[in-house]
Amino acid sequence: MQILEGEKVTKYFGGLAAVSNVDFHVDKGEVFGLIGPNGAGKTTLFNLISGAFVPKSGEIKFKGKKISGLKPHRICRMGMARTFQDVKIFGNMPAVDNVLLGSLFGTPTGMSSAAAAKEATELLDFVGLSVPRETPAGGLTLVDQKRVGVARALATKADMLLLDETMAGLTPTETAEAMELVTRIRDRGVTVFMIEHVMKAIMGVCDRIMVLHHGEKIADGTPKEIANSKKVIEVYLGE
Amino acid sequence: METVLNVAVAGLLLGGIFALISVGLSLQYGVARVLNVAHGEFIMIGAFVTWVLYTEFGINPLLCMVIVGPAIFVIGFILYRTMFNYIRIKAPSPDAFEGNSILAAFGLLFVIQYIALTLWGSNIHGYTYLAFPIHLGTVTIAANRLVTLGFAVGISFVFYIFLARTRLGKAIRSAAQDPATASLMGVNIKRVLAICFGLGALMAGIAGVLLSMTYPVNANMGLHYTIIAIIVVVLGGMGSIVGSFIGGFILGIVGSIVSYFDPGLALVAYYAIFILLLLVRPKGIMGK
Amino acid sequence: MDITTFTSNKKFWIWGISLLAVLAALATLPQWLGSYYVILLKDILMLVLITVSWVIFSGPTGYMSLASAAFFGVGVYTSALLLPMTGAVLPLLLVIVIAGLVSFILGLLAGALTLRLKGIYFAVFTFGLVLLIQRFLLWFEMNITHTRGRFVLLVEDNTIFYVMLAIFVATLLTAYFIRRSKFGLALQSIGLNEEAAAHSGVNVTRVKVITFAISAVFMGAAGAIYATKLTYIDPYIAFNPLFSFLPVLMAIFGGLGSFYGPIIGAALFSYLQEFLKTEFPFQYMIIFGLLLMAVIVFMPRGLVGLVQRLLASLKEGPEEKSTPGWAIIFCLFGILGGLVGWFIFRERRGARVLLKAGGVVTLIGGAAYLLMFLLTLLGGLGGGYF
Repeated sequence: MQILEGEKVTKYFGGLAAVSNVDFHVDKGEVFGLIGPNGAGKTTLFNLISGAFVPKSGEIKFKGKKISGLKPHRICRMGMARTFQDVKIFGNMPAVDNVLLGSLFGTPTGMSSAAAAKEATELLDFVGLSVPRETPAGGLTLVDQKRVGVARALATKADMLLLDETMAGLTPTETAEAMELVTRIRDRGVTVFMIEHVMKAIMGVCDRIMVLHHGEKIADGTPKEIANSKKVIEVYLGE
Repeated sequence: METVLNVAVAGLLLGGIFALISVGLSLQYGVARVLNVAHGEFIMIGAFVTWVLYTEFGINPLLCMVIVGPAIFVIGFILYRTMFNYIRIKAPSPDAFEGNSILAAFGLLFVIQYIALTLWGSNIHGYTYLAFPIHLGTVTIAANRLVTLGFAVGISFVFYIFLARTRLGKAIRSAAQDPATASLMGVNIKRVLAICFGLGALMAGIAGVLLSMTYPVNANMGLHYTIIAIIVVVLGGMGSIVGSFIGGFILGIVGSIVSYFDPGLALVAYYAIFILLLLVRPKGIMGK
Repeated sequence: MDITTFTSNKKFWIWGISLLAVLAALATLPQWLGSYYVILLKDILMLVLITVSWVIFSGPTGYMSLASAAFFGVGVYTSALLLPMTGAVLPLLLVIVIAGLVSFILGLLAGALTLRLKGIYFAVFTFGLVLLIQRFLLWFEMNITHTRGRFVLLVEDNTIFYVMLAIFVATLLTAYFIRRSKFGLALQSIGLNEEAAAHSGVNVTRVKVITFAISAVFMGAAGAIYATKLTYIDPYIAFNPLFSFLPVLMAIFGGLGSFYGPIIGAALFSYLQEFLKTEFPFQYMIIFGLLLMAVIVFMPRGLVGLVQRLLASLKEGPEEKSTPGWAIIFCLFGILGGLVGWFIFRERRGARVLLKAGGVVTLIGGAAYLLMFLLTLLGGLGGGYF
């Protein structure tokens, strides 16, 4: 069953197509990967899905309902949460308050403060935050900030998670932990849509992968198909 | 027809002044990142000094430009090099710097304005210079207004050439684009920013000199011109010199049209345009 | 708003009880103080409450609003229309409530319009709003109603004081509970990263507009009661831009980082302001301007930040380049000491000599402070701090 589908999604920036006529769909319960060279339009596509941008043309449907044009907080409350490439943590707040915000505001039905506080604590354990929960988030290491970011997104009781380069800048051990976290998130019943540059990671955890280049989709399929696609290899190794 | 022409000419004359005062502010905000709300106070200083020099010592107002300009440049340079630079270095982010510097500029506004009030009182002063009429077809213009327009356009043009062609001008533009990179490329950023602020003040001073020939001089006059300059700078696109120049003329013409119907509403019209513009196109005419 | 989790801690009760004690003391003040102090205290209460209500919105979100004078002025005019010299149209308390409501609506409108503006644009827009209303009203009064100003009903000083105290309490309570509630968390998240807040489910637009309007309520109410003391008002008096800057300055003076920072800052500052106004009526604005610059330059984190820095340097030894720091603290204590001395002398003995001595101490403190300011500016030319 498809949880997210996009049809001919297009977005221009000052005359240049950042995302052009991209068709895609994500099945419920899978881990879907999005790869492509720098400037391929991956984050732009995430911004279109999560409501930061409105597509110039095309349509995006989430759980069968049209979401393109909705405000980010609406989309979030429909059950889609995201993380950011540059983390965008609330630096002056304790880590636990970052997560609390997600459960207080992002859930479809709302939550009492007590339940939200409990949830936030559990989620920080789930993502494996290695320091006390009250530490100001701005003082955390990169990997811990990313963990808080993931916990904040999960706190919205999302059915689908958009992960934007969660593994960039991590050490090999941390990357392995992050891969394991992605599988655990999937096991909670959350569909994962992730942008990643670390090939080993994305090939390891994804069920299906889509490749963007200059804003256009050039391939999609299982990791194996992608790894053997001539077109994809050309793009990555240069013409 | 004649009225239309008169209103249009009056608008152009007013626009020249507006353009001149706005170009300076545009430079200060666009490069030095200080929305200098004390801009009008520099205009006031220029106007007052000219009035004193002309009425007390008989010095030609046009000559005053040569005296007032450099003096105000030095004041502006020192102000930026000390106070604003200190705030800039201490600020945790560029946004924080903008916020803090605008407040410091308000402080500056009060200090200058009230020193002027203490020195010269709140009376309105004026003098006549080149006040004979010139007839251009059916339109009659006072000579000093025409001179003012000429100087306003001329100075703005020289200034534009300076920015576009000279070495320092290029350094200023690179500092406006990206201060960090510019300083890596060997631009002395502290000096360039201070020069920019000084130049902005200089433009204000010269505008004050020109204004004093046709408009009354008063210690409270500054804020009025500051507001107009801010409106024009927003109208033209923050930091765009050409935009400010065009915006000045647009506002001048609007002002003269509204004044034709009811002079009391001119300022209201400026604010209304300003607020509408901020809502419709916050980037201004020439903004990117 | 769900506040149960926050009201259960000990700190809340300690603060709450001490606040109640202070309020009780304030409420009995008119019984044993002269009318001069009742008026002075009322002005201080007003400036503190305007500052606190400014902080409700601008503190956590970081949007620098300069619209305070507009909300205040709207309150003043509501009062002028409903409580004219010729006789009250409506009862005083109702007028205060209406003034708050009118300000609330103006806040909603202005907030809805300014949503898309950020940073300096927001500040400039809100300031433009003050002047737009002022100018339009001036034109309207002169050309349509053919009056320049209006006369407002005279109200007894003690009544003004108690109404102001009530608004003050309402402001503090609102500010406190917003800060402690989930609404406050949302506001804070908007200030820290608006985009991430929106994607975490916060309706940033609504939160911003509502808070902006709430903060306007108290300014409007304060304006309404303030008008009854002025007796004569016109657009220049009602929409005085100074009321836009004072809250910003006082909040920064106290320190925006904490809840009590702006309160302490505003209380001290407004007292200082009253002092300057009476002692130096002509140089008052010059000193005010210099103070504004000095505060921005030397104390961007306010009194609270300064005290924290001092405590930290006591613990860990002086930090590098700390010269201006301790010098400012020294001078500040000079000013404060002088003020306190001046106040006590004036209060207890009323002796002219002692009063003068207090004033001189204050002057020396202030002068030393300004001297430091100038010296640092000049020293900057030599490259010391640059």
